[in-house]
Amino acid sequence: MNKAKSGHKATPLALPKAGTGINGLDEITGGGLPRGRPTLICGSAGCGKTLLAIEFLVRGATEFDEPGVFMAFEETAEELAQNVRSLGFDLEQLAAENKLLLDYVHVERSEIEETGEYDLEGLFIRLGHAIDSIGAKRVVLDTIETLFGGLGDTAVLRAELRRLFRWLKDKGVTAIITGERGDGTLTRQGLEEYVSDCVIVLDHRVSEQYSTRRLRIVKYRGSLHGTNEYPFLIDENGISVLPITSVGLRQVVSSERISTGIPRLDTMLGGKGMYRGSSVLISGTAGTGKTSLAANIANASCLRSERCLYFAFEESESQLTRDMRSIGLDLAVWFKKDLLRLHATRPSAYGLEMHLATLHKLVTEFEPRMVIVDPITTFLGTSTSAETEAMLVRLLDFLKSLQITAILTSLVHSANTAEGSQAGISSLIDTWLLLRDIELGGERNRGLHILKSRGMAHSNQVREFLLTDHGVELKDVYIGPEGVLTGSMRLAQEAREQAARLDRQQEFDRRQRDVERKRLALEAQMGVLRAQFEAEEDELKRLLTGEQLAANTERESKVNMARSRQADELAQGPGTRPRPTRPQRARK
Amino acid sequence: MKHTPKSPEPLDKLTGPTNFDQWNLRLYVAGKTTKSVAAFENLSKLCEEHLPGKYHIEVVDLLMHPQLAKGDQIVALPTLVRKLPEPIRRVIGDLSNVERTLVGLQLRPLQK
Repeated sequence: MNKAKSGHKATPLALPKAGTGINGLDEITGGGLPRGRPTLICGSAGCGKTLLAIEFLVRGATEFDEPGVFMAFEETAEELAQNVRSLGFDLEQLAAENKLLLDYVHVERSEIEETGEYDLEGLFIRLGHAIDSIGAKRVVLDTIETLFGGLGDTAVLRAELRRLFRWLKDKGVTAIITGERGDGTLTRQGLEEYVSDCVIVLDHRVSEQYSTRRLRIVKYRGSLHGTNEYPFLIDENGISVLPITSVGLRQVVSSERISTGIPRLDTMLGGKGMYRGSSVLISGTAGTGKTSLAANIANASCLRSERCLYFAFEESESQLTRDMRSIGLDLAVWFKKDLLRLHATRPSAYGLEMHLATLHKLVTEFEPRMVIVDPITTFLGTSTSAETEAMLVRLLDFLKSLQITAILTSLVHSANTAEGSQAGISSLIDTWLLLRDIELGGERNRGLHILKSRGMAHSNQVREFLLTDHGVELKDVYIGPEGVLTGSMRLAQEAREQAARLDRQQEFDRRQRDVERKRLALEAQMGVLRAQFEAEEDELKRLLTGEQLAANTERESKVNMARSRQADELAQGPGTRPRPTRPQRARK
Repeated sequence: MKHTPKSPEPLDKLTGPTNFDQWNLRLYVAGKTTKSVAAFENLSKLCEEHLPGKYHIEVVDLLMHPQLAKGDQIVALPTLVRKLPEPIRRVIGDLSNVERTLVGLQLRPLQK
């Protein structure tokens, strides 16, 4: 086990493999093609066999330091070099560096006469010489069955091919043999697939006018492999196979929240906005503001200085910029700063997997934190919904694994089926915002609500969604006895309420004044009564004083009279105290 | 490994390029197998019979000179290549079928 660290036989348990360096193929095959064994790549004309084989050699020479021999039976070395130059492979340069050897085997039946017994030892010698001269580890034979066209003795050829496969194994080279697809068999001769350790079938299919290349591993001795058909495509970087990324759901999720750029919407989403790396679906009928909402979210992303990649399938960059300016979003600034990148194509421009591959490539290149696809529904026109679904699963899986927030918009054709017609992807969606038309009182208004939002307490309210010249705004809708009101009806209702409130206020004021007045009146009355009372009291006082006075006068006059009569002293001076006078009076 | 067999003996009864006076034939083999030995014997016999004195046979053993296989587009062995007269013709096999060999070398017109 200690020794096992060096060399290809690193893990004694697993079959040693030779990496192809082809995007995605190593993932499906679990590391590459079986090392030191022959692999058959078959398919019909034009499905990319030769290209795959060449890329295997080129990647081997450049990335794995394994020189390769390409034995061509159909094209000359010059033709081959020319054909793959557009893919960025410079075969001549590699040949000059002794990393690649191209050998064109020309077998022309009309130039050959067969007499008696022969074998293919010449081919073996040629190949062996080529392998030895550059120390090749990889060999491609393209397409070996051409021999059957050039030579007549099929029995000999079959026997010799069998020997060739054995010989290749003994040589320890990792070989690719290409084969034309036969009628009902994988190859014309029905031989190669049995003697190869690994068989990969390529297919080029056209459905509803869109062509799709697919790849399938039919057999792989001694190794696990993906058994599905995987779409692949050929572009300027060679071949990319698109595996359905991770089979399990093992993505690490973030609990970071990011703002949508619309404060009210953040509030609705548990007060903090959406999760980073989650998938958000904005669905709605035509003209409900899906793109505007998406652009708003993109804008918010750029404001955080996070790159955002926008896939537009309906609008060009300049149109989007112009349209969004009308709601107060200046996207041109972000384009200039390269925080926002727009990729605008027609959905019908190419097949689904090409779109997906483009997306992969751009995401890898641009490294955005957010990807917007606007809208996803246009894909439905280009393929069946099952394919669209599969593609979206791959897309979302891919984005999730990179913790990129995905914003998808979806056009719903009828408001009634808004919840049901989402290309079956609702289960993949974490947060689903539904935009809808609310038609009432002779006008249409936009309403927004959150259908679902995983992992947060979200609002269940319908909000009115307004596009103003300073961006998107959300307003409470009026909910009253007359139902949900929006737009001018909401405004009217609000005015009515305002008037009623004013009325009530005035009524209250009036009442208050009334009471005040009554109080004043009461107080006035009390004043009058008191005045009356005081007047009576005064009167009484006056009477009393008068009485006293009279009494005094009487007494004085009595005293005076007594004095004048020389009578006894009755009282001590002119005291007003009636008491002492009383006995006197009583005595009198 | 060059064999330059003997006997310059004129024979002018054949048509076509047989009038050419220096036939240059190259026989590719891989070691001394039964097939290669048979091919060489068959070829020598045929040349003696039909091209006395006008031929030159060169035997190339690819086990010793593998680089030569590419130049003459050798796939099957043994292969006889008529270098001269032009154009180049190839005959594969052990040359046991004299009739076909003659056709292949254009020593006899095809299908009579």
